Amino acid sequence: MTILRKEMTRFLRIWTQTMLPPVITQSLYFLVFGKFLGRQINNINGVDYMAFIIPGLIMMAIITGSYTNVVGSFFSSKFQRSVEELLVSPVPNGIIIAGYVAGGMLRGIMAGSLVFAVSIFFAKPVISDLGIIFVFMVLTAAMFALAGFTNAIFAKTFDDVSIFPTFVLAPLIYLGGVFYSISNLPAIWQNLSKFNPILYMVNGFRFGFYGFTDVSIMGSLFLLIFLIIGLTSVNLYLMKKGVGLRT
Amino acid sequence: MSEYAVEIENLKKVYADGTEALKGINLTVDEGDFFALLGANGAGKTTIIGIMTGLVNKTSGTVRVFGHDIDTHLSAAKQTIGVVPQEFNFNQFEKVIDILTTEAGYFGIPRAQALADAEGILKSLELWGKRDIASRGLSGGMKRRLMIGRALITRPKLLILDEPTAGVDVELRHSMWKFLTKLNEQGTTILLTTHYLEEVERLCERAAIIKTGQIIKNDRVRNLLDLVEQETLVVHVDQVKNLNKLSKYNPLEIDEETFEIVSDKKERLSIFVNELVKAGMCLKDIRPKDNRLENLFLSILRK
Repeated sequence: MTILRKEMTRFLRIWTQTMLPPVITQSLYFLVFGKFLGRQINNINGVDYMAFIIPGLIMMAIITGSYTNVVGSFFSSKFQRSVEELLVSPVPNGIIIAGYVAGGMLRGIMAGSLVFAVSIFFAKPVISDLGIIFVFMVLTAAMFALAGFTNAIFAKTFDDVSIFPTFVLAPLIYLGGVFYSISNLPAIWQNLSKFNPILYMVNGFRFGFYGFTDVSIMGSLFLLIFLIIGLTSVNLYLMKKGVGLRT
Repeated sequence: MSEYAVEIENLKKVYADGTEALKGINLTVDEGDFFALLGANGAGKTTIIGIMTGLVNKTSGTVRVFGHDIDTHLSAAKQTIGVVPQEFNFNQFEKVIDILTTEAGYFGIPRAQALADAEGILKSLELWGKRDIASRGLSGGMKRRLMIGRALITRPKLLILDEPTAGVDVELRHSMWKFLTKLNEQGTTILLTTHYLEEVERLCERAAIIKTGQIIKNDRVRNLLDLVEQETLVVHVDQVKNLNKLSKYNPLEIDEETFEIVSDKKERLSIFVNELVKAGMCLKDIRPKDNRLENLFLSILRK
């Protein structure tokens, strides 16, 4: 709870760096892709293009917010050595991970909620299954917060913090079906897209809104749970060994 | 429960680059003691502290803190320890009060209690007026005090201070000594590493001297001081005269009222004073020229 409070205080104190950018960026996407270019694009599965991209853009804010919060905060505490406060305390490793991950999830979900609020000005999203939306939102935020934690553990410089989001995460998000349905792609691109885990998260989340998907929902859920378990185990192992934290 | 606050047996540490930082340390610190760990830079002091607090992985050996083995009960061991590290390691953007309450939270202390305790601690460290400013806005001395406050908020049974007065001005150093002495009298075991040997002489009951990863002396400070065979004394009198009558002390005139002698520790000071009076001088003041422990420390390190 202490770690979560600290994290919340931190990202709310710098809300112009944490909450405002996703709102502005996603608003621009709504304008450019939805309003200007979207007019030239047909409905997808009966859904207006502007409405179609809403779940993907919300997911983009959730993924980026969760990931960058944890990687930025944990690495910066390593850099300033304030992480030693935690390491010399009796807080178990699992709780340290949970605290940072909860902080990341909260920021991601708050950013996503703000983007959803903005989207209402551009289109009228339909909510088909709130439960599915909630499950995919929470699991995706958790997964990327955990991935951010792993990145922070290995990071030695600020460059290491930005390499993965820039060169891996961003391409995967853009190619993860945020702006299109892979059913409209040639077969080879459809098959390649299926190696992109973000495709499953975006589609699962979109299914909660409009009730259609390019991939199996159960498969997407299992993939998310598998990745969460895997990353949690990796982080626990790294913390136990003290990788990047203890000499 | 163990009578020792700290028990270290055959502790070894070899870093990844092959540096052998600790070569089999054996050390005990009694509960309630004010214990000093002395050594030159790189001797292994901070490595020992790092291992005790979970910041450094040991290579082999056993460490118990109040009977809790750090291999099997690390959390219980950490629960008893408060650490004041050498370098400032708090979040520079966090408020002073938040640094204390966050630390308390890590130790499971409820927020309401942490806030109440923080008030008392910050007042005693004269930081209460700065409670709502970010820690980066504090002066060096204030930051040093904040680090002590952060360690105390968890009410540790063992307080580890890694060179707490490094770079601190004389006035603050003296007020910190007073504060730490009071804390020790209230029952907190204190383990101190320092470069200021005067600090050890003034504060500590026992001290261990560590050199290249090995403890080479471990005794009561008084006993360690007895190892110093000779010391230079500065003698202040009404007027320096008849120094030839004190020739066995190798006197060296400094000015009209001051001279230095080399005194054998085994010889009683009263004998010298008698001889001084016989030489026709009136004693005003006498004091050691150098820090005695420093002399011992240097002589050991040179061996």
